[in-house]
Amino acid sequence: MPNISRDEVAHLARLARLAVTDEELNTFAGQLDQILDAVAKVGEVANSDIPPTSHAVPLTNVFREDVVRPGLTQEQALSGAPAAEEGRFRVPQILGDEQ
Amino acid sequence: MSDLTRLTAAELAGRIHAREVSSVEVTQAHLDRIEEVDGAVHAFLHVDTEGALDAARAVDARIASGEQPASPLAGVPLALKDVLTTEGIPTTCGSRTLEGWLPPYDATVTRRLREAGVPILGKTNMDEFAMGSSTENSAFGPTRNPWDRDRIPGGSGGGSSASLAAFEAPLAIGTDTGGSIRQPGSVTGTVGVKPTYGGVSRYGLVAFSSSLDQAGPCARTVLDAALLHEVIGGHDPLDATSVDAPVPAVVAAAREGARGDLTGVRVGVVREFSGNAASAGGSASAGGEGYQPGVLTSFEAAVQQLRELGAEVVEVSCPNFTLALPAYYLIAPSECSSNLARFDAMRYGLRVGDDGTRSAEEVMSLTREAGFGAEVKRRIMLGTYALSSGYYDAYYGSAQKVRTLISRDFDAAFERVDVLVSPTTPTTAFKIGERADDPMAMYLADLCTIPSNLAGNAAMSVPSGLSADDGLPVGLQIMAPALADDRLYRVGAAYETARDAAEGPLLNRVPELKGAAL
Amino acid sequence: MTALVELMDYDEVISRFDPVLGLEVHVELSTATKMFCGCVNEFGGEPNTHVCPTCLGMPGALPVVNGKAVESAMRIGLALNCEIASWCRFARKNYFYPDMPKNFQTSQYDEPIAFSGYLDVPLDDGEVVRVEIERAHMEEDTGKSLHVGGATGRIHGAEHSLLDYNRAGVPLIEIVTKPITGMGARAPEVARAYVTALRDLLRALDVSDVRMDQGSLRCDANVSLMAKDATEFGTRTETKNVNSLRSVERAVRYEMTRQGAVLLDGGTIKQETRHFQESDGSTSPGRTKETAEDYRYFPEPDLVPIAPTREWVEQLRQTLPELPWERRKRIKDEWNLTDEELRDLLNTGAADLVAATVDAGAAPGEARSWWVQYLTQQANTREVELAELPIKPVQVARVIELVGSGELTNKMGREVVQGVLEGEGEPDEVVEKRDLKVVSDDSALLTAVDEALAAAPDVAEKIRGGKVQAAGAIVGAVMKTTKGQADAKRVRELILERVNGS
Ligand SMILES: [Mg+2]
Ligand SMILES: [Zn+2]
Repeated sequence: MPNISRDEVAHLARLARLAVTDEELNTFAGQLDQILDAVAKVGEVANSDIPPTSHAVPLTNVFREDVVRPGLTQEQALSGAPAAEEGRFRVPQILGDEQ
Repeated sequence: MSDLTRLTAAELAGRIHAREVSSVEVTQAHLDRIEEVDGAVHAFLHVDTEGALDAARAVDARIASGEQPASPLAGVPLALKDVLTTEGIPTTCGSRTLEGWLPPYDATVTRRLREAGVPILGKTNMDEFAMGSSTENSAFGPTRNPWDRDRIPGGSGGGSSASLAAFEAPLAIGTDTGGSIRQPGSVTGTVGVKPTYGGVSRYGLVAFSSSLDQAGPCARTVLDAALLHEVIGGHDPLDATSVDAPVPAVVAAAREGARGDLTGVRVGVVREFSGNAASAGGSASAGGEGYQPGVLTSFEAAVQQLRELGAEVVEVSCPNFTLALPAYYLIAPSECSSNLARFDAMRYGLRVGDDGTRSAEEVMSLTREAGFGAEVKRRIMLGTYALSSGYYDAYYGSAQKVRTLISRDFDAAFERVDVLVSPTTPTTAFKIGERADDPMAMYLADLCTIPSNLAGNAAMSVPSGLSADDGLPVGLQIMAPALADDRLYRVGAAYETARDAAEGPLLNRVPELKGAAL
Repeated sequence: MTALVELMDYDEVISRFDPVLGLEVHVELSTATKMFCGCVNEFGGEPNTHVCPTCLGMPGALPVVNGKAVESAMRIGLALNCEIASWCRFARKNYFYPDMPKNFQTSQYDEPIAFSGYLDVPLDDGEVVRVEIERAHMEEDTGKSLHVGGATGRIHGAEHSLLDYNRAGVPLIEIVTKPITGMGARAPEVARAYVTALRDLLRALDVSDVRMDQGSLRCDANVSLMAKDATEFGTRTETKNVNSLRSVERAVRYEMTRQGAVLLDGGTIKQETRHFQESDGSTSPGRTKETAEDYRYFPEPDLVPIAPTREWVEQLRQTLPELPWERRKRIKDEWNLTDEELRDLLNTGAADLVAATVDAGAAPGEARSWWVQYLTQQANTREVELAELPIKPVQVARVIELVGSGELTNKMGREVVQGVLEGEGEPDEVVEKRDLKVVSDDSALLTAVDEALAAAPDVAEKIRGGKVQAAGAIVGAVMKTTKGQADAKRVRELILERVNGS
């Protein structure tokens, strides 16, 4: 299945919000191809009825009581912010729509 | 060099608690040692001199007042991998994107260390966001292996292991997603343990691959690792994947093991990772492809040592272990592509390109491009691909099925044996730069360690001597079932005691770093 | 801001097309804490004060599921006649958006906690239609952005945005219907009636504030048209965040007439997100995306699966309340209401509120009069629906109790209600803060009476001389010094005792 094109790499970079350079597009296309080739072996089990494992330890029903715990102050929350204003995180204009 | 930096954590704790030496003196000795040699090793990204001494003074005051020390390790300083959050101490994960970030909260491991009276010397270097096997992927420059400073100290926790081998710290914390505690332990001649998944809280451990990450102890002896394991382990309500069970009695197991008797213990040699070492009483010829001969020889000698200690050794086949590496390189990048999405320049960390004309989306992309190194970007892209619609079943979905197969192999093996063994890593420390441009070659370093991350069971690397071909440390990997971490310590301590009795502690032979220049 | 949009006559739409609806309702649960962290779940507040490392998406922080939220989700599922999953997981929905701190939403994907249910929805004329429920799943809310620099405070044209994450991580239940077909001209009404019935049900379950004006109940309406002879659904649009019941009906109707015109003109409907304009009842397209989002869902590794036991589910089933519309029927019988009285109750939207007030201990007559009269007035002046007034039936019941026991006068009772409406807290807190106690302590009153009598000896003389009605002036003076908090009847008695007795 691999043989990943520059266009595909560019699409992945967009999805992942990475402003990659042209040079990186080439390098990554080659490397992703090589890695995907090497890992494609796992596809052998794709159509088997082996159940997938998402969690290493078989726990279920781990819940928290609905009790308020102290969190952060506004000052702590904003302490690492690149920019803040009026107690809020200041960010550049948002173009897309909410999902 | 002060004698204090040569002592084990157990010895230091004994002397501090007996008031023969103060924690401040011990801590200061290690801070001096860091000052003296870290320029040549670069194990630390940040040294917290004042914080460490404050903590040491608090321990001394408590002991002076006649109170019980807060823990068996109270007063013994430690080096903390820079992937665990520390309130008031920078946490960078080896990345530009978090340069200068001061977390407003402590990881649970950090909190437990502070509560146990363990002074934190500083934060250790690592591959960026724990992605790598060499610590070359740190944005702040590589760490060097104290055994040979042209070589890598392993990774991602190269800083933690190198700090032990360089006698800058008697204890360290690492995190292990695919081998990042054990492989650095192996190539630096130190002990490293990946506890059972869920045995140590992940709260405050900056996630690389959530279903694989596990923090654990790094030390120079098995007993020291056990003492540290008991301080950091145990249930944490802030981590939903934390196991609600008592910490296995690892200290008792280490002391038991040190008596040197493994009669009745069944040890399985993993055929797929051993070059047939056990079958014919020790020929390294077959199946050893990719393994350095000196590593296999050391492994065979270790297996022989276990027999001599009374263990019953059999060969066990885990056929699906050959699929572990490919499955890992789909699961870990997939989870990391999601975990690292939060580094977006909006709430904390680096922001690039915010000139008033660019949109949030553009600033995110520019920042992530500038803030992440090549390996991190490569894995984010790989994971984005593996999760995308149309590819999920073939890649991520299949990798999760492989995970089931690996667990079944372990289950079947542990019906026959108590522990499994293999070399920790196929080769000794390679040269800095040697594999930098070849991701697949780099990934092979974790060949033997990955199955335990996928299955979530416990595993340890313990030094097994120096390789005959290059004189560099080799590690023996011991694997135990989930929640049976104590078995690692029993077998590890027995082996360590026997090996030290024959050859002396391995680290006695590490070259003198004093005055070494870069 | 909108170009002229061609609309088709509604009757013509109905004659040519069958409308198909799909409604997605997001409900914010009224748990004490957020979905995955212990931060307080409260509307508003100073920005970024209801936050912690987890809901800010800080490096290293981890989620832990709020058990109460899971119970609420299961109760909602059961009330909607759904099956409850015996095993399900959370998943990560990956996309970048600044109001979402982790850049993935922790949600459920192909394993919802509740699925395959229905809700029987009463229409205005009493007819009942069954709306099939596809699923109800758990997820978390996003933060809120304030867009600065644009002309209207809207996202377009803004220079920058300010983010407040108090709402980030608030538990949400998303309830999705199956396609609703065959409703013909009544489709818009069905949409409103469904959301109304759902709101009433959720209120009866006491799992959410269901305040559309505050966003604790939000509706996205999917609308498409199907030509009369077609066998497949048409392309749908999704109108987002329609924030009142009336708007639900208007938005559906608008989309039907807009799509009808486009289709008749030989055009095609773009599958897109649209925004509802409260001002003129129209919808306008959102920014179109270059490529379809690929959310790269995968099981959330930080949270373990949820596997409700049968016993747990059955135990929760026992906690389900009577359906609101069934209760209405019962109310009519039990309270001996005429059809007209019941209709008044329903028209003012007071029936459930009155019933809940009665359940909280008030007498039916008292409860009815407070809601239908005083509180309906308050709702009218505030231009909100009765149910959206920020006062709960249990609070009204407490006021009725305080008045009934004589601790408050009727007037004071109304003042307490005012206080609650103005956000001063629970009735008892308002009583305390506003110092609203009937002064029934005789010694305090006697002091005031004595002072008033001493200040007006001539009046005292008149009373003593038999002119009892002159006592009114003294009563007035006492009421003034006690700031209206005395029981006037008692004051009068004391005045007469004082003048005549001593
Ligand atoms: Mg949703
Ligand atoms: Zn929170």
